[in-house]
Amino acid sequence: MNTPLIQTQDLKKYFRTPGGLLHAVDGVNFAVEKGKTLGVVGESGCGKSTLGRLVIRLLEATEGKVLYNGENILSYSDEKMLEMRKKMQIIFQDPYASLNPRMTVSEIIAEPVKVCRTLTKPDDILEKVYELMETVGLADRFVNTYPHELDGGRRQRIGIARALALDPEFIVCDEPVSALDVSIQAQVLNLLMDLQEERGLTYMFITHNLSVVKHISSGIVVMYLGQCVESALSDELFDDPKHPYTNALLSAIPVPNLSRRNKRREVIRGEVTSPINPKPGCRFAVRCPYAKPECTAEDIPLKEISKGHFVSCVLY
Amino acid sequence: MEEKLLEIRDLHVEYITDDARVFAVNGLDLDVKKGETLGLVGETGAGKTTTALSILRLLPERVGRITRGTIRLGERDIIKASEGDMLQIRGEVVSMIFQDPMTSLNPVHTVGDQVAEVLDLHKKYKTREAVEARVDEILRLVGLSAERKKEYPHQFSGGMKQRIVIAIALACEPQLLLADEPTTALDVTIQAQVLSMMKELKEKLDTAMILITHDLGVVAETCDRVAVMYAGEIIESGSVEQIFDGGENHHPYTLGLFGSLPDLTHKTRRLNPIEGLMPDPTDLPGGCRFHTRCPKCMEICRSEKPGAIIGDGHMLKCHFLESRLPGFSKLSAESVTYK
Repeated sequence: MNTPLIQTQDLKKYFRTPGGLLHAVDGVNFAVEKGKTLGVVGESGCGKSTLGRLVIRLLEATEGKVLYNGENILSYSDEKMLEMRKKMQIIFQDPYASLNPRMTVSEIIAEPVKVCRTLTKPDDILEKVYELMETVGLADRFVNTYPHELDGGRRQRIGIARALALDPEFIVCDEPVSALDVSIQAQVLNLLMDLQEERGLTYMFITHNLSVVKHISSGIVVMYLGQCVESALSDELFDDPKHPYTNALLSAIPVPNLSRRNKRREVIRGEVTSPINPKPGCRFAVRCPYAKPECTAEDIPLKEISKGHFVSCVLY
Repeated sequence: MEEKLLEIRDLHVEYITDDARVFAVNGLDLDVKKGETLGLVGETGAGKTTTALSILRLLPERVGRITRGTIRLGERDIIKASEGDMLQIRGEVVSMIFQDPMTSLNPVHTVGDQVAEVLDLHKKYKTREAVEARVDEILRLVGLSAERKKEYPHQFSGGMKQRIVIAIALACEPQLLLADEPTTALDVTIQAQVLSMMKELKEKLDTAMILITHDLGVVAETCDRVAVMYAGEIIESGSVEQIFDGGENHHPYTLGLFGSLPDLTHKTRRLNPIEGLMPDPTDLPGGCRFHTRCPKCMEICRSEKPGAIIGDGHMLKCHFLESRLPGFSKLSAESVTYK
């Protein structure tokens, strides 16, 4: 097996809050091979965005390792990290909030190049900006406009162009399409997939939308309250979900055809519990229809039940 | 035929801003029968919310204006109704659930008081106890315990807040409920809970509902009829079976919407999005509004607005399909007018 491009080992991030320690990410392990897409799914507050930020060190981890080509980047100095950042970029969720309203499109796209000094001559930089705009499908005439003049889809394309400016190998996509309309969403997803094919990019694709994640990912990690409850290859996870939470998530997605109409769906009870000072054991147990006493007795480790398919549940 | 509750004919709404006139709704026709759920589908800027606000006459003052058309709700003519009549209609006959439960509740009043407010305005309960008893009953109906009525909105989660908003909307058992993207801000598992609860309550109270959404999945699971909206018009409508039959006989925009969705059951390499963007509502294209993005665009589409054709309750506005659908006939002007 190839060494994965990026890998985490027991990655943890706790935030101190007045109520106690908030376990945002609590011991997550995953690996992504070069050129592949790892989908991270979960509901609000499950720690998926925190995980994305930890991986590229926009947040410092409390514990654990992030290995990039086998090297732990969490021990890098600031200088070395700046070099590293050229290889890893992020696309943010909200194309309205992630672009500086006082910068023009060309300034926004050129900023990473200027910060990392990969190009220095103004003409070269401008040429690069035009090249990037063409790559993401933005017309030349937008080069001197401000973000507020553009619609959501075009803004997200600016965000993508900015992420590509340093020719990275790895991009964290944090809900890149959830703020967009469906027809625009499809355009942006196609663009991301084309770019991956052309440039051999590796993605970590964070989303709450399961149909999007199935479409784009090769492997999927399902998170619940900071922990990975199940991970498998995309097709396997959808064909044969094991964890009760994965099942609940899948049956909760409204499907745009009538086959499921009038069938009673299994709606899981209750809501996500607090991530502050969680009790030991399975964190889903309070909502789980199959909960048993041993679920809350001690932490349940992730078990490999078939090749590449990991589940943390007492049922397996 | 079932009784008609709401009838909108040829509705036009404009917003007037400093430098432009925004044509938000352009000749909309819509019917809702008693007790049915109509899904109003479309993308941002299609005019879905404007339509709902027009029914309540809640368009922003001095900016939004109904320029033409009729809205009939039962025996009432909404457009001619006085402001005093509207105060009585809102909440009692029609009520609305807004998209964002975080901002539609008042943060400085307890949730119990907010439910009681509607009752105080519309129902003449004699005693405080009677009001409180009804508040408890409604809260239990939406799955909240009555003990929590003394708490403030910030003490509830998003899904719970949306349940409170629904409780307020249903407190006076209105005939029509306008739900504007009621679950878009919620997580999928919570969305499933709220949707199944809304479905149950609707049946119990026999309320008609217009469900505004951009999620075709939600429509498939909850609606009886569907109307697809584009640039301020209904371009296709029919029963949920007709719209979701998976066939080719649909408006190109409807097909585009379906093509944009990643499918969970089939593996496709690429999605088929609709090219281009929604037209600028200050400067709408002539002819068919969709012609600039339409893969089936013909010469006539650029110059002439397509009329409605109808077959077995399935309505379409498309030149391309007009000659290709044998079972369909042109909708005559007479059959549209209200009798």
